[in-house]
Formats: sequence, structure tokens, C-alpha cells
Amino acid sequence: MTVKEFINLGIFEIVSEGSNPDRKITVPYCCDLLSIAMGRMPAGAAWVTVMSNVNTLAVASLTDAALIILAEGSVMSDEAVSKAKEKGITVLAAKLPVFEAALRVYKELNA
Amino acid sequence: MNEKLTLSYEVPADDFTRAGEASGSVKGMLKKMGVAPDIVRRVAIAMYEGEINMVIHAHGGTINVTISPEEIEMVLKDEGPGIEDIELALQPGFSTAPDNIRALGFGAGMGLLNMKKNSDEMVIDSTVGVGTTVTMKVYIK
Repeated sequence: MTVKEFINLGIFEIVSEGSNPDRKITVPYCCDLLSIAMGRMPAGAAWVTVMSNVNTLAVASLTDAALIILAEGSVMSDEAVSKAKEKGITVLAAKLPVFEAALRVYKELNA
Repeated sequence: MNEKLTLSYEVPADDFTRAGEASGSVKGMLKKMGVAPDIVRRVAIAMYEGEINMVIHAHGGTINVTISPEEIEMVLKDEGPGIEDIELALQPGFSTAPDNIRALGFGAGMGLLNMKKNSDEMVIDSTVGVGTTVTMKVYIK
């Protein structure tokens, strides 16, 4: 499933659409500690996290994540949203807990 | 790509919003040069962790990156407090990051380990009160 197809499902709110709609999503990945995410997140991941600062964007970009999903109603600062848009990073948001958000991704990828 | 290319970056002190700019720039450069994606990813991860360490612990510093056909060498130099016990600092989970840094999602005690894991060679030269120089190499061939 591509990022665009996933966004079009309308499950999550769009924070930043990103500039790579045809990017394939490989797997959901959950982690809030940036160094662990940095070391272990697979390329193409849909990264579900509550961590919403600019460093989350840097980690997503450097590890080639397909998109970020902010769970638990976590909100990104205006500065971080601008940066996500500038860097073309897809960011979605949900009120769902981390596990449930990741489960939705998993179900859609394996539907 | 037959010649060496050298890139230099200043890492600003205590500025988390700019941490990652140097590694992002190197990543973009390597991608453009056609370096294999897994090599690019390893360099990006190793260098970002180093950059973050310099911001958190060492009031910034400088990074010099040399790209040759055989390898990518990163030299991260700071004049921070130095590392008291390098072996201990390399233990997974060991961290001296303060609470405000942990609140940002750092301080898992995985930074140096990620650097070691993602580089083919890593040498840490550190003197307490003087500073730290970390040299990492990632082989292209």
C-alpha cells in the first residue's frame, strides 16, 4: 500500500501530506525513544509515536520512514508542522492509543 | 567519483531544532552520488547520533566528512566535558542525559551503540575536561 492510498482511507487526520505519495509502506512500527527508533525502525515504516517534536521528523527522515502517525491525540507544534511540510514528510494524527493505531495500519496493510 | 570530497559542518550548541541538518545534508549528497541505500542509511544514523550527542553533552562542535570511492569517514570533534568511562558509555541503556533531554525522546542510552553498530570502524578519543573526537568509517566497497 502506498502513502497516498493509506491517506485516502481517511482513518487519520492529515497534518502534513508529504511529497512522496507513491512511497510503499512496509510495516507499522511503534517506539517513542528516538535512539531506539533510530537504530531499529525498518525503512518504509509507518511510525506510530506520541513523540511530536522536530527531532521526530529528523529521525523519520534519516531512517527513511514512509510516514509518521501521531497517536493518543499528540499534537505537533506549528514550527514542527512547517518543518514537516518543508521537508515533504507525511504526518498523520489520531486520538487512538499507540497499539490501536498501529493495529489499524497492520490490518490495512494485510487486508 | 574518483576524488575525495570533504564536507565540514558546525554543530550548534543546545539547538535541537537544527540537530540533524548535517547528517541530512550528507545523506542527500550520498543519495545523489548513487551510493547504495543501506550504506546511506548507516551513515545517516551514525552521524545523527553523533550530532545529537554533541548537542546534548558537548556544547556543539565540528564534523568533517570525507567521501572517497572506498569509504565515508566522519570525524566528530568537540571541546565538551569528555567521557569518563568509554566502556560504560558503550553499555546499552547507560545514559547521563538530563530529564529535559529525556522528555524530547532521547537518553535511551543507545546513541554510541547505534554509532558503533552502523559504522565499520569507530574510534573514540576522549579526555575529561578537554573534549572528545569520534572517528567513524563506513566502507562503500
